[in-house]
Amino acid sequence: MFILSEMRNVTRIPPELFNLKLNDAIAGELNKKLANKVVLNVGLCIALYDIISLKESYIFPGDGASHTRVNFRYIVFRPMMEEILVGKIRSCSQEGVHVTLGFFDDILIPPSALQHPSAFNENEQAWVWEYDTADGSKHDLFMDSGETIRFRVTAENFNETCPTGPVTIQESQENIDAKVPYSLTASINEPGLGLLTWWDN
Amino acid sequence: MEIVNSNCAALSNYEVMVHLQKLKDGKTKNKGQLATITYETLQYLENTPCNFQTPENIEECLKALDAYGLSKTEKLMMINTPPTTALEIQLMIEESEERLSEEQVEEILQLLTQHFPHLLKEQNEAEERSFDS
Repeated sequence: MFILSEMRNVTRIPPELFNLKLNDAIAGELNKKLANKVVLNVGLCIALYDIISLKESYIFPGDGASHTRVNFRYIVFRPMMEEILVGKIRSCSQEGVHVTLGFFDDILIPPSALQHPSAFNENEQAWVWEYDTADGSKHDLFMDSGETIRFRVTAENFNETCPTGPVTIQESQENIDAKVPYSLTASINEPGLGLLTWWDN
Repeated sequence: MEIVNSNCAALSNYEVMVHLQKLKDGKTKNKGQLATITYETLQYLENTPCNFQTPENIEECLKALDAYGLSKTEKLMMINTPPTTALEIQLMIEESEERLSEEQVEEILQLLTQHFPHLLKEQNEAEERSFDS
């Protein structure tokens, strides 16, 4: 679920941070730059793990800040494929079940990956697993938001979210939700997956 | 910024939790995005079984699991979300029916509850709760 990524960066320390120890100043700047951000094809960055090496610091003409080449390791959230995770249902919609881990929200279980047969209940706004009991009747199992759910990660998708040129207000509002830098696709169509309460006994 | 190695090691949930707790309790106040993500991640991790783990019992458990020929990622999953039923083991281990006998699955379950005794407690509490309601 969590991995370490080794990265290299030239970190700029502005003069007002010169009172700090170099290590602390660099750690602060790296966390400011990366914490809670998605790096393309790496994952969601959580926090600095350690600094591996520091090279000499340079001051360039015309800039009072120092620049230091630093190698460091960062804690990154990036589940393996086929990994089993436990999260909470955030909401249900026609597109499927949205799951959250608290710190990461972009997990979707598409309708095709739900237990079979499942149907979307418009009144309750929830997906329902129409479980076939042995005597031929159906037992409806609702997937309400807030419930704890176990799922398998089946795919990941990174999206380049470069800053674009100026856009009109209307356009920017439309685009805000559309671009998700890192999203996961999950499935629960196996015995043992789904709400924890389904499999208690 | 350059990526030298995007995946140089896997961390267990416990390691991440301890690291973030240290960050949170550190002298310097965390600001902005770092404060948000450490808070949210800790919230999640403190509700998982890793809240009860110690480096000692994780290490012992890993040594005991060595006998079953599991892959590294499978063992990591066992530590992060310790299974309590045979069904959960089947999910985590690919082709578990061929690789493990029923007795071995039972042994693994026993081994996990032995090293992480709180799992059992949690299960019992959950059962009690369901009886009450």
